[in-house]
Amino acid sequence: MYGGGYIFEESKNGKSEAEDTEKLERFESKIAAGEKIEPSDWMPAEYRKQLIRMIEQHAHSEIIGALPEGTWITRAPGFRRKLALMAKVQDEVGHAQLLYSAAETLGKPREDMINDLITGKSKYSNVFNYPAVTWADTAIIAWLIDAGAIINQVANSKGSYGPYCRALERICVEESFHLKYGHDNVVFLATGTPKQREMVQEALIRWWPPIMHFFGPSDKISVHTETLMRWKVKMASNDDMRQKFLDMYVPKIWELGLTIPDPLLKKNETTGQWVYTEPDWQEFKKVINGDGPCNKERLAVRRNAEEKGEWVRRALQRKDERYTVPLA
Amino acid sequence: MSIKSIDPRITRENLSEEPDQNPIKELNHWQTYEVFHQTKKGDHHIHVGSLHAPNAEMALILAKEQYARRYECVNIWVVKSANIFSSDYDDEDIFETTPEKMYREAGGYKVMEKINKYKKERKGV
Ligand SMILES: [Fe+2]
Ligand SMILES: [Fe+2]
Repeated sequence: MYGGGYIFEESKNGKSEAEDTEKLERFESKIAAGEKIEPSDWMPAEYRKQLIRMIEQHAHSEIIGALPEGTWITRAPGFRRKLALMAKVQDEVGHAQLLYSAAETLGKPREDMINDLITGKSKYSNVFNYPAVTWADTAIIAWLIDAGAIINQVANSKGSYGPYCRALERICVEESFHLKYGHDNVVFLATGTPKQREMVQEALIRWWPPIMHFFGPSDKISVHTETLMRWKVKMASNDDMRQKFLDMYVPKIWELGLTIPDPLLKKNETTGQWVYTEPDWQEFKKVINGDGPCNKERLAVRRNAEEKGEWVRRALQRKDERYTVPLA
Repeated sequence: MSIKSIDPRITRENLSEEPDQNPIKELNHWQTYEVFHQTKKGDHHIHVGSLHAPNAEMALILAKEQYARRYECVNIWVVKSANIFSSDYDDEDIFETTPEKMYREAGGYKVMEKINKYKKERKGV
């Protein structure tokens, strides 16, 4: 799942530290030439910091993102759906593992990342602070949230940091299964009984605002990311990705006769741009800062898993072991 | 206050809303292994990524879960990350070499011309 609306810190134009200009030049020209940066390469402190932040947020989003859908495994309608949902949830947790490893190559140990998540210091994708109220919500999540994630992840897989790109390539292959599974699930409900149609319509209404928030604040109000774009950390602007998403998926939603709860939503045929009601960025801010319907539950569940598993991990731990940063 | 969830299993856990102040200690998630994968018998093993495990046996089990959930895989190697030595990208120039290396390539040895010339001369005799 996942990946949009990363929260970057205000960048201090990239040359904040007294860094070697010659090395910086070589670093930038490598990126401009499309070369990948590997863990042992020289990189500006700011690049390292923002990448750790982004990959870590992405990893947390995968693992927290598994929770709203995971809730429905025991109540999935039928064996085939249950198998598919278990597979998807396992994939998401696996994505987190791949991403934590990628972030570790930049020098932040996994334990530190998990501590920052469960104490509420790190962010994760805001959409997962909302509940999956019915089975239809899981269908909407698997189709449209994963669709958003794919747009973001495909863009990021062309970024400059080797380990992150390689993890994303693996991830994107599995995401396409999630998307197809989600679409199948939505189509099944939308073409089913009146009750099923009603369920999926209601779920779409519930999820539309979080979906519009998914790619993060409008470019007009988000922090400037020119340096991060030049360094190929951020690969597309929030608004561009949102436009791409609308262009690909609004027609697919409409062809099922479903209503999107935004009376202004339409494509301007001359500009090719979608017009929509500006999402409520106050609400986004409020929820991402901890005050959403499920923030506390998500972290408590994650913390509980960590605490319950602690004795097992400790029992297997060997006294003489030392941590090594993963290679790539 | 304990968490009330739409999932009764979560509500039953009586989870506290407050973050606890008991951070996970270093190495609680074990050390790292690199994973290599063979997709077909006879092929080379290739590096696919890394994972955390307490020992080699567990690393193999986790590698199967993490890197062989789909698609063909017939064999896995795991190696402690600490046991891998690699060259440095800063030393890339060690791979630079004299530009002309035809002497060590098959294409550097062409004899047909000489043979043909020899044959022609012999016929002339
Ligand atoms: Fe994912
Ligand atoms: Fe996914």
